[in-house]
Amino acid sequence: MEKFLNVNIDGIDVIVEEGTSILDAAKKVNIYIPTLCYHEDLCIAGNCRICVVEVIGQRTLAAACATPVSNGMVIKTNSPKVRNARKDLVALLVSEHNTQCTTCYRSTNCELQSLANEFNIDNNRYITLPHADTQIDRSSWSIEKDDSKCVRCQRCVRTCAELQHVNAITVAHRGEHMKISTFMELPLAEVVCVNCGQCVIHCPTAALTERRYFDYIWEAIGDEKKHVIINTAPSVRVAIGETLGYPPGTRVTGKMVTALKKMGFDSVLDTNFTADLTIIEEGTELLHRLRKALLEKEKVALPMITSCSPGWVKFIEHMYPEHLEHLSTCKSPQQMFGALAKTYYAEKMGIDPKDIVCVAAMPCAAKKYEANRPEMKDSGYQDVDAGLTTRELGLMIKQSGLNFAELEDGYFDTLMGKSTGAAVLFGATGGVMEAALRTVYEVVTGRELPFENLNFTPARGLGKIKEATIPLEECKEEWAFLNGIELKVAIAHGLTNARIIMDQVKSGTSPYHFIEIMACPGGCIGGGGQPIPTNDEIRKRRIAAIYAEDEGMPIRKSHENPEIKLLYEEFIPDGPLSKKSHKLLHTHYTKRNRY
Amino acid sequence: MPDRLRKLDMILGSYTNEKYKVLEKTLKRSNEEIIKDLIDSGLKGRGGAGFPTGLKWRLAAAAPGDEKYVICNADEGEPGTFKDREILDCVPRKVLSAMAICGKVIGAKKGYIYLRGEYKFLVPKLQAEIDLFHQVAKQFNLDFKIEIFLGSGAYVCGEETALIQSMEGKRGEPRNKPPFPTQAGFKNMPTVVNNVETLASALMVFKIGPEEFRKLGIQDSHGSKLFSVSGDTPKPGIYDLEFGLSLAEFVEEFGDGDTKAVQVGGASGFCVPRKKFAETTIGYQGGLVGDSLPTGGSMMLFNSSRSMYNVLKNYLDFFAEESCGQCTPCRIGCQQLKIGIDAVKRGIKPPEYLDQLLKLTDTMKITAKCGLGQSVANSFSSIVTNFIEEMIY
Ligand SMILES: Cc1cc2nc3c(=O)[nH]c(=O)nc-3n(C[C@H](O)[C@H](O)[C@H](O)COP(=O)(O)O)c2cc1C
Ligand code: SF4
Ligand code: SF4
Ligand code: SF4
Ligand code: SF4
Ligand code: FES
Repeated sequence: MEKFLNVNIDGIDVIVEEGTSILDAAKKVNIYIPTLCYHEDLCIAGNCRICVVEVIGQRTLAAACATPVSNGMVIKTNSPKVRNARKDLVALLVSEHNTQCTTCYRSTNCELQSLANEFNIDNNRYITLPHADTQIDRSSWSIEKDDSKCVRCQRCVRTCAELQHVNAITVAHRGEHMKISTFMELPLAEVVCVNCGQCVIHCPTAALTERRYFDYIWEAIGDEKKHVIINTAPSVRVAIGETLGYPPGTRVTGKMVTALKKMGFDSVLDTNFTADLTIIEEGTELLHRLRKALLEKEKVALPMITSCSPGWVKFIEHMYPEHLEHLSTCKSPQQMFGALAKTYYAEKMGIDPKDIVCVAAMPCAAKKYEANRPEMKDSGYQDVDAGLTTRELGLMIKQSGLNFAELEDGYFDTLMGKSTGAAVLFGATGGVMEAALRTVYEVVTGRELPFENLNFTPARGLGKIKEATIPLEECKEEWAFLNGIELKVAIAHGLTNARIIMDQVKSGTSPYHFIEIMACPGGCIGGGGQPIPTNDEIRKRRIAAIYAEDEGMPIRKSHENPEIKLLYEEFIPDGPLSKKSHKLLHTHYTKRNRY
Repeated sequence: MPDRLRKLDMILGSYTNEKYKVLEKTLKRSNEEIIKDLIDSGLKGRGGAGFPTGLKWRLAAAAPGDEKYVICNADEGEPGTFKDREILDCVPRKVLSAMAICGKVIGAKKGYIYLRGEYKFLVPKLQAEIDLFHQVAKQFNLDFKIEIFLGSGAYVCGEETALIQSMEGKRGEPRNKPPFPTQAGFKNMPTVVNNVETLASALMVFKIGPEEFRKLGIQDSHGSKLFSVSGDTPKPGIYDLEFGLSLAEFVEEFGDGDTKAVQVGGASGFCVPRKKFAETTIGYQGGLVGDSLPTGGSMMLFNSSRSMYNVLKNYLDFFAEESCGQCTPCRIGCQQLKIGIDAVKRGIKPPEYLDQLLKLTDTMKITAKCGLGQSVANSFSSIVTNFIEEMIY
């Protein structure tokens, strides 16, 4: 039973459902009220007060984001009183801010800067407040925190609590000392932060950014002796266009590849290659665990959970350390790539691995941390030398002075550059599951996954937790023990949803065999290293681009990737889960504290 | 002594001998009658905002909710006031009774006393009273339990929604209103938050009846009120005074002969200079001639030896510290006011900068999220405009 209310906004009558905020009601009639602490992904805080409007008959202005309309309300969103108040508020924020826009990473993509521009703020209206604490926290491999750029909107705090259920950052102190801090005010590297970078893409300013490594990479490119390889993750190609002026959801794979070649990378390769490889290894691992559990009646951890999202991996290490055996031992595609780059690739190309610099272009902040995990040195060197975010890569393309729009489409180089449509799916929530099932189902039954055009629709979309049941029948002889089994799978994205899944695992009530978990809402297309802004509208467009990429690929099943077949033939002859595979492609996990 | 300066002894007047008589009597009446009495009495909240108490109870009674709560706000954070402490110490049964009656009216089975952390020493005695109350409630067949919740010590936690946040184990930050606590308060259930004195006064309404209560005071402000008198006065202390007295009368009684200003309502109240004593009455805003000022009860007198600049500076230090810090106008505004008057005093900024700061307080008044930030303008503008020379030289 919906109740509808009549309101008048700037002279326009509008009818809205009960419970609608003034902000949303105004949007309905194309009136855009400026905001700062508001983010469509998060609950309402109402603390910046930028969105204030005049409600006729009320003594104070109302925060449009936080105030539900009531029947008969007459609202003015742009009266002199409102304008003056907003301008004063922005001037206050500027007076508190370390306004070094010229040297700021978020310049031209900063909500405070836009507001200050829009309101034409006079920097001298108020006295500039001293920035008592301008110490930048660079303790983490992934996240950089600069309080002097913070507007205290608490979007990061809400992100970390609501979307990720991590609560690594909180509000500390009161009044003039109020700031965003951590447990006991410890450096970020020492708290439960899982490096997902969601706080970064929800921060309106440069107070939270990713640690940036592009100068190091330019150095390496310039160094004649170094052979610099870059591999790009599936979700980068559908998002990087946004940093270069394209609308969300534009696929720029070919131009991106050309740009990277022109920038001087010695080899431009595809993380999708190791995404396909992950499917082979992880699919085999799943079947191996199922065989043990169902046929050999051995104790083995089920459900098995994917391990390609390093934010998720660190989350489970902190929050559910006693359940690590559920994680697949597969490394993430980035780390498989690094380990192979400095062994297989080096061998085949005749390059000394010590001269190889392996760079990963990722949608992710956590991958930077992952690259620096002490155990990730199976090639004898640090497997991955540096991780870049989509944003950093976009900036590097700008720095190189290329006219991106005019570039021809290029193709990934070979040896670890070929991939399938299944691999590109890794970029969206549900993608690993879909790719895995395309392979596992076929391996077990000899038939293609019975979905139209191979599109496993139950895994798609932004639903919080997606579930599916796949009946296994008429299996091949080797897999006869799976006959009649209903394979139960689930998919979660965003760590708050992961927690729901894990609480089931913990209590022993999880009904699934196989679970995909991605740390970021929407999967990698919504990763912490992706272009800002990111919201559901944009996530959907990037996801659509992922599926379009998949459909555009000639091969759409990982096990049919010819380069993967070649890799096993030439380099890992004993196949998936063999000793060599274990050494290079699998890893182990670390129990961590909850605090 | 003028009539309204009688020491009424109504609120703190003894109740201990009556053994919950008023409670027993009132519980037998219908909810509607009780609410009507409260509304007829004209009783308004004594916590500062002055919301009509009967209306608040009615709203909470009408709001749907599986559970409801009564919270007695005993956070008493305003510097220089300790009247709520006196009430809880001397006449706790009035407060407990009124909470129970409120519980019956709105349908709550649980009440909390949010006690300021510094008042921890009251707990043993108060808990003993609560235990006794629970026995009495049993005899009356009343299902209502009361619990003490010790506050965290922040001034802003006295604000009703911050108080609720803090009771829920969250950071003491005021919430957006609406929804108001009567709609969605503690645990998102309908909740009445009343000041200690409001509850004690409500019981007096039930005892003497709305007509008698209404006879006290003037126009919109009825009943009597506890005032904490402090500053340059020969007789500091707590006084039970009738509403509607003029500041001139007040100063005559409590001043030291040299009073140049009175701060009515503490840091968030107004400063009244000598020339306005005669035209200013104490009460809630109404259609009176001159200004009438609401107050949580603090009355601070200043004589000519005081620097009003220092007085203001102290208030601003207080606000800059005690703001919860979440909202822009209050967090940054308080700091700007504080360093701004200092800059003018030192000649770093011209005297006209004070006009800029006055405009800033206008912004704070209409944009701050809660009463703290909204009310900084009161003391700031009243001190700056009335004592402009002291600000500059
Ligand atoms: C910053 C701030 C501090 C407050 N502190 C108190 C307090 O210590 N005690 C109190 O009763 N009300 C305090 N209030 C008022 C409460 O928010 C609320 O209005 C009151 O408890 C309602 O009770 P009443 O209707 O009985 O006055 C404060 C308000 C603000 C904005
Ligand atoms: S965070 Fe924004 S406003 Fe601040 S310096 Fe950077 S670009 Fe400028
Ligand atoms: S990176 Fe993720 S876990 Fe770390 S503080 Fe940000 S949101 Fe929280
Ligand atoms: S760090 Fe960013 S998101 Fe967090 S409060 Fe500061 S400005 Fe807002
Ligand atoms: S006005 Fe001050 S105390 Fe109130 S919510 Fe805003 S910052 Fe907090
Ligand atoms: S956007 Fe509404 S208060 Fe911040």
